[in-house]
Amino acid sequence: MKELSVNHLLGIKYINKNDIDLIFETADHFKEVINRPIKKVPSLRDITIANIFFENSTRTKLSFELAQKRLSADVISFSAAQSSVKKGETLIDTVNNILSMKVDMVVMRHASPGASYFLSKNVKASIVNAGDGAHEHPTQGLLDSYSIREKLGEVSGKKVVIVGDILHSRVALSNIYALQMQGAEVKVCGPKTLIPRYIESLGVSIEPNLRKALEWCDVANMLRVQNERMDVNYFPSTREYTQQYGIDKELLESLNKEIVIMHPGPINRGVEITSDVADSGQSVILNQVENGVAIRMAVIYLLASKIQ
Amino acid sequence: MQNQTENCHMSQKVLLTSKEVNIILHRLACQLIEKHHDFSETILVGIQPRGTFLAERLKKLLEEEYNIKQIALGYLDITFFRDDFRRTEKPLEANKTKINFLVENKKVIFIDDVLYTGRSIRSALTAIQSFGRPSEIELLVLIDRRFSRHLPIQPDYRGRQVDAINNEKVKVNWIEQDGEDVVYLVTSLEK
Repeated sequence: MKELSVNHLLGIKYINKNDIDLIFETADHFKEVINRPIKKVPSLRDITIANIFFENSTRTKLSFELAQKRLSADVISFSAAQSSVKKGETLIDTVNNILSMKVDMVVMRHASPGASYFLSKNVKASIVNAGDGAHEHPTQGLLDSYSIREKLGEVSGKKVVIVGDILHSRVALSNIYALQMQGAEVKVCGPKTLIPRYIESLGVSIEPNLRKALEWCDVANMLRVQNERMDVNYFPSTREYTQQYGIDKELLESLNKEIVIMHPGPINRGVEITSDVADSGQSVILNQVENGVAIRMAVIYLLASKIQ
Repeated sequence: MQNQTENCHMSQKVLLTSKEVNIILHRLACQLIEKHHDFSETILVGIQPRGTFLAERLKKLLEEEYNIKQIALGYLDITFFRDDFRRTEKPLEANKTKINFLVENKKVIFIDDVLYTGRSIRSALTAIQSFGRPSEIELLVLIDRRFSRHLPIQPDYRGRQVDAINNEKVKVNWIEQDGEDVVYLVTSLEK
């Protein structure tokens, strides 16, 4: 089957392995396109896409916009701060108003988990979830696996540890689903207060000690501490977090093998990761960003081909 | 494909035998040399998916039997430049594009196995612009299906001209891929 099994990208949990393989194959082609002198293809010239971001974002928003423009789509962007949402408009009304301007696809980031799912059931457009609260961030999950595949050849059989604030992380959940679907083994590592209580029911094991986790893994995905989502103090101080769960060059070099370092961004240099690790040869952090554009082009192209 | 064989018969007729294909390849190679001499300003571009075999074969011939040194060869995939995106049931099947050089001011020769409606070539004309501005673009095809064009596009070098009707398909087999160098005219007869 050379098309996606879904009409929206709401979460990794709604797609299957064939979909992931198709997205990666398509992303390979788009990665070649974005390295040409003229980085555009005309395929989506008759499609209009609205990017609706109710939460802050630099990287994801730019990445989506760039992907859409490279596909020659018309793009309109909307951010909550300067909008009618402040005047009390509901989500469905906001989106339907935008859709009556003949918009075919909506890329949305929202603070409430399930917001994109809710939207997909109530409006007539193709929906891409760019992050819904602490639930999923499917394109990030995809580009992280894609980057592993690029660096190590394949994801199947690889050992990946996700380190940090798992509790509030949509990146962690999407990664867990995606990695397991492709046959990788996943562990999580972080302060006990930041590991969700029943995470083992997802088939993921917990390793509280960072050194042990790094010695076990092939890939370490370092997460940022999500201060903006913390209602209480989950650990005594940032310094204590860094001492126990931050990675530095000394720790990296003391391991018995070379592991791949990933981070979804933005990096807090000196907190979860030091500059010399972030900028080292083992880090694929900037490749993740480049791959993000190719993956988003692939997702948007494949969803657009299903729009009637 | 499985559905098709359940409902209809295919009858196959040989249009070009191995020997004829070989002679045509030599003749095309000579025609190319006549125009392009040492190929120093020329790039061969095989159109994916099936123009690539012809392009590689011609390059091999030109280098080994006619002693032209170092012919530049690229592969161009036109999937994202097609004009039937979202208008057809056909699923996406993209192949590699590999053009590791700028085509700026070079003479480009598009190479494809069969020229039918001309839409693939129109897509290729748009696609090649992403790699620069060629000084000239020419088209070489093995089979030219004469009266089937949807667009004003004609080949500069043609192997054989064929008059085929709509339910006939021209199938080009190559040794590397299919075990023989033969061109068939395949007619599907519905039950």
